[in-house]
Amino acid sequence: MTDSDTTLRSVIIWICEGTWRATVDAALSLAPAPARFTVLHVTSPTAADTARGAYLGLLGRGGRDPGARFDEVAAEAAADLVAAAARRLGRPCERLEIQDHSERAVVAASAHADLLIVARDGDRSRLGPKSLGRATRFVVDHAACPVLLVWPDAAPDVGTMPPPPHHPHLDGR
Amino acid sequence: MLALVAVLAWAVIRPRGWPEAVAAVPAAVILIAAGAIPASDAGTEARRLGPVIGFLIAILVLAHLCDDDGLFRACGAWLARSSDGRPRRLLALVFVAAAVTTAVLSLDTTVVLLTPVVFATAARLEVRSRPHVYACTHLANSASLLLPVSNLTNLLAFAASGLAFGRFAALMTMPWLAVIATEYVVFGRFFASDLGAAPRPPPDRGAEQAALPVFTVVVVALTLAGFVVASAAGVSPAWAALAGAAVLAGRALARRRATPLSLLRAADLPFGLFVLGLGVVVQAVVANGLGRALAPLLPSGTSLLALLAIAALAAALANVCNNLPAVLVLLPLTAASGSGAVLAMLLGVNIGPNLTYTGSLATLLWRRTLRRHGEVPDLGEFTRLGLLTVPAGLVLAVLALWVGLRALGG
Repeated sequence: MTDSDTTLRSVIIWICEGTWRATVDAALSLAPAPARFTVLHVTSPTAADTARGAYLGLLGRGGRDPGARFDEVAAEAAADLVAAAARRLGRPCERLEIQDHSERAVVAASAHADLLIVARDGDRSRLGPKSLGRATRFVVDHAACPVLLVWPDAAPDVGTMPPPPHHPHLDGR
Repeated sequence: MLALVAVLAWAVIRPRGWPEAVAAVPAAVILIAAGAIPASDAGTEARRLGPVIGFLIAILVLAHLCDDDGLFRACGAWLARSSDGRPRRLLALVFVAAAVTTAVLSLDTTVVLLTPVVFATAARLEVRSRPHVYACTHLANSASLLLPVSNLTNLLAFAASGLAFGRFAALMTMPWLAVIATEYVVFGRFFASDLGAAPRPPPDRGAEQAALPVFTVVVVALTLAGFVVASAAGVSPAWAALAGAAVLAGRALARRRATPLSLLRAADLPFGLFVLGLGVVVQAVVANGLGRALAPLLPSGTSLLALLAIAALAAALANVCNNLPAVLVLLPLTAASGSGAVLAMLLGVNIGPNLTYTGSLATLLWRRTLRRHGEVPDLGEFTRLGLLTVPAGLVLAVLALWVGLRALGG
């Protein structure tokens, strides 16, 4: 790797609630050793919007909108998470906290990166198309750089792979 | 009709943060002055609504004092402890907390006081908060079927239906359970990827201890018992709510945890005025043609098909404007067909709003104001979830009500 001498590779670690440890650990063990790390967290406005909408549904109760409290709690939680991830990484890193719809913000951030590290976040009780959540699926499809997709817990055994599809017209011969 | 639209639009936009009553009360006065509704009819409507609003205010103060006493903090700590950081278990517990809070302390309490606690708890546990926040906002509507105090719509209908408190609760228990079960099944599938996401974080992180305010819980339980006893004795259950609120308020004042001013603010008197104004405006709209237009659409009787039609029409109307005007419009029309029809109408106006946040008129206006601030709310997910839960929940709830009416006698 000769070009790493001149410019360091840029590695973005997308951290999400519950799965962030695996992405940080992957950055430590699998990313190029000298690299420019960015810890990225995206707060989606959906939860606060939902609360605001429900509050509006209570027609006529002006002035006690819980939405503002949501933004505070969300910002605090995001800062805590990013700080915890930076601590676990233990290397100098840039911290990026964005408020937007996760999938689009992450793809936009990947535009100038050399590697994006993402944890799988789907329903892993049934390993199939749905075992990648919507946002993760979008990021994998649209990211502008290589994506390192890691298991948030232990990777499954090869034996969990479903049997090959059945072809009756071939089996009969 | 224009007056009604103007009052609702004002309530959503709230220019300069002025109270909603600023538009509703003058609108009512103008309609009376213009002769759209005789002053005596407006007076009757106000006398009918007055005690209902007083009842609601007592409940709002009671809930506010419960919050001051740390009831919802304790609830958050309980959720964190008992869920053990597992998203699916947390969802089940949030369902219990939101359903009980909504039923006993009204949907306002769930939206304003419980939802932020649930959000903060999920954040502290590093669990994705979306399913749990949606659970609160959905159950604030759909779990508000059980008791007259659960929803202002119920209080209005309760006053008109002539049912006793205990009988109302008995007839609504099955629909309440049916709709909560429907929501739970749909949520489990809809949010499968969020609920499956998190391996458990270390359990020591952010453990918060908050003691259950036992005195407060006992007062709320006694108030609840008071509703049933008072109603059975022919006394308005509003007095029980007032007594419960008075006990907690007296204690808070004595301990200097509340001031007369903070209690007055919790009582939200402008809201009472808004409902009063809205009631008169709706009365005028009904008297000037809307009542005649809707009456042929409402079937009479309490056959399963009739109940379904009433609930569907009520849900549609709640989505066109908002459930508060919807119930004011439909109440006089359904009351004639007996308590079964009134309860079916309540199923519609209480479960229906989960399809559109605030009724589509209000949602349109709301989107416009948000867009001016550079934000566009993502309504796709909310609407998909609504389409999956509302029709199924409504049909099952009506079925449960029909069975209940057969078993307990309509």
